[in-house]
Amino acid sequence: MAQERGIKRQIQLPLSEAVKISFESLRIRFWRSIITTAGVFLGIAFLVSVLAGATISSSVEANRGKEAVDAFSMEEQAQSKGEISPQQIWLITMSLIVCVVGIANSMLMAVTERFREIGTMKCLGALDRFIVELFLLESGFQGLAGAIIGAIIGLLAAVLMNLKNYGLDTFWYFPGLKVLAIIGIASIVGMILSVIGAAGPSYKAAKLPPAEAMRVEV
Amino acid sequence: MATVADDVVIKTENVVKEYKMGNTIVRALRGISVEVKRGEYISIMGPSGSGKSTLFNMIGALDKPTDGKVYIEGQDMSELDTHELAWLRCHKIGYIFQTFNLIPVMTALENVTLPMIFAGIPRKDREEKGKMLLEMVGLGHRVHHKPYELSGGQQQRVAIARALANDPAILLADEPTANLDLKTGREIITLMKRLNEERGVTVISATHDLKMIDVSDRIIFIRDGLIEQIKNRDEVDIVVGTVEE
Repeated sequence: MAQERGIKRQIQLPLSEAVKISFESLRIRFWRSIITTAGVFLGIAFLVSVLAGATISSSVEANRGKEAVDAFSMEEQAQSKGEISPQQIWLITMSLIVCVVGIANSMLMAVTERFREIGTMKCLGALDRFIVELFLLESGFQGLAGAIIGAIIGLLAAVLMNLKNYGLDTFWYFPGLKVLAIIGIASIVGMILSVIGAAGPSYKAAKLPPAEAMRVEV
Repeated sequence: MATVADDVVIKTENVVKEYKMGNTIVRALRGISVEVKRGEYISIMGPSGSGKSTLFNMIGALDKPTDGKVYIEGQDMSELDTHELAWLRCHKIGYIFQTFNLIPVMTALENVTLPMIFAGIPRKDREEKGKMLLEMVGLGHRVHHKPYELSGGQQQRVAIARALANDPAILLADEPTANLDLKTGREIITLMKRLNEERGVTVISATHDLKMIDVSDRIIFIRDGLIEQIKNRDEVDIVVGTVEE
C-alpha cells in the first residue's frame, strides 16, 4: 500500500559511513571526548594498578628467599602461588565499582547532551539503527583508547609501588604473562563497559519520535 | 490521473494531540482538519502555546497524534513503519527550525550533505549538489565554516539549503525567523518565498512573525489547539513591511 504511493524504505547505510562520521565527531569534539575517555581511563587505571600490584607482589613474595634451583621450577612455583588477601579482594571490588559507575556516568552524559542532535538526524532521515551504531562506535573507540592507556598507567603505578616495597626483585620475579593477561582483560572490560554505558541512552534516544528527542532539555 | 486529491500535499483529519504533564493531561491540539495544496505558501499563526509547533510536528511526521489522521501525498502516516517514515522524512520533507539545529561539529557543506548521505547519494554528487545549494542561498563563500563561525541568518540559510538537499515536496518551518533580527528575518522570508516560486516547493511555516503574512497564500490562525480561521492573503488587512528599523 505504502509502496504503491511511491514511498520506499529507507536504506541501511554501510558501516564505513558510520565509522567515518563517528570518528570525525570524536576528533572535532576532541577535548569533550578526552574528558569522557578520562572517565574510562581512571577506572581502568585503578583496576589494573590494584590487580597487577597484587599479582606482582604475590609473585615476588612467593619467590623471595627460596633457593632458585632452576628457572623452570621457579616459574612453576610462582604460578602455583598467588592467593589474594581479603583486603585486596575488597580493593578490587571497589575499583570495579568505581570503574563501572565512572564509565556509565560519562557515557550517559555524552549521549544525553546530544539528544537534540539525534532528533535532528532523525528529521534528516537517519534510521534508529544508524544512530545507535554511531554512538556504539564512538563509545567503543573511546572505551578502547581509554582502557589501554589506563591499563598502561595502572601497570606503571603497580610497578612503582612494588619497586618501593621489594626493590629490583620486582623485575626479577615479574609475572609477565599474568600481567599481560590482566592488561588485555582490563582493556576489553573497559571497552565493553563503555559500550554498554552508551547503549542504553542511545537506544532510548534513537527510539524517541524526533520531536520528543529535540524537546528534551539537559 | 490529475484528480483533486493529487493536488493536496498534506491533509489532517481531526488531529488531536495530548501531552501528559505530571498528573494533568494537556490537550495541545483539539481536532485540527486542514488541507494544503501543492505549491502553496501557508503560514500557521497563533499566540505561543496555541499549538503551532505541535501541529508542525504532526504535519512533519515528527510525532504521532493521539487521535486523528495525517496524510502526506495521500499516504496515511499511521500506516508507515519506521523505515518508511525515515525515508519520507529524508525525501519528501525539508525541516527548518527556530534554533537552526545544525549539527555543531559539521561544516556548512557537511550539514547540507548529511541528508544526502542518508539517501545513499555518492560522495562526489552530494558535494557538488551541496555546494550548488549553498550558493543558491547565498553562502557560496562559507562552505567550509562551522555553525559557530556563522551568524544566525547564515546558519538559517545553511538549514534551508540542508532542507532542500533531497528535493523535498514540502518545506516545513517552525518559527524560522524567531531568533533573527528584523532585517535578517525578512531576508529569510524572501528566500523561502523565492524557493516556493522558483522550485514549486510547498511551504508551511508556523510563525508569529507578521512579516510572513505578506508572502503567504493562506494564513491559518489557531488558538487553544483549534483552528480559529483560515484566510487568504487579500482578506487580511495588515500592512507590513513599512516600518524600517
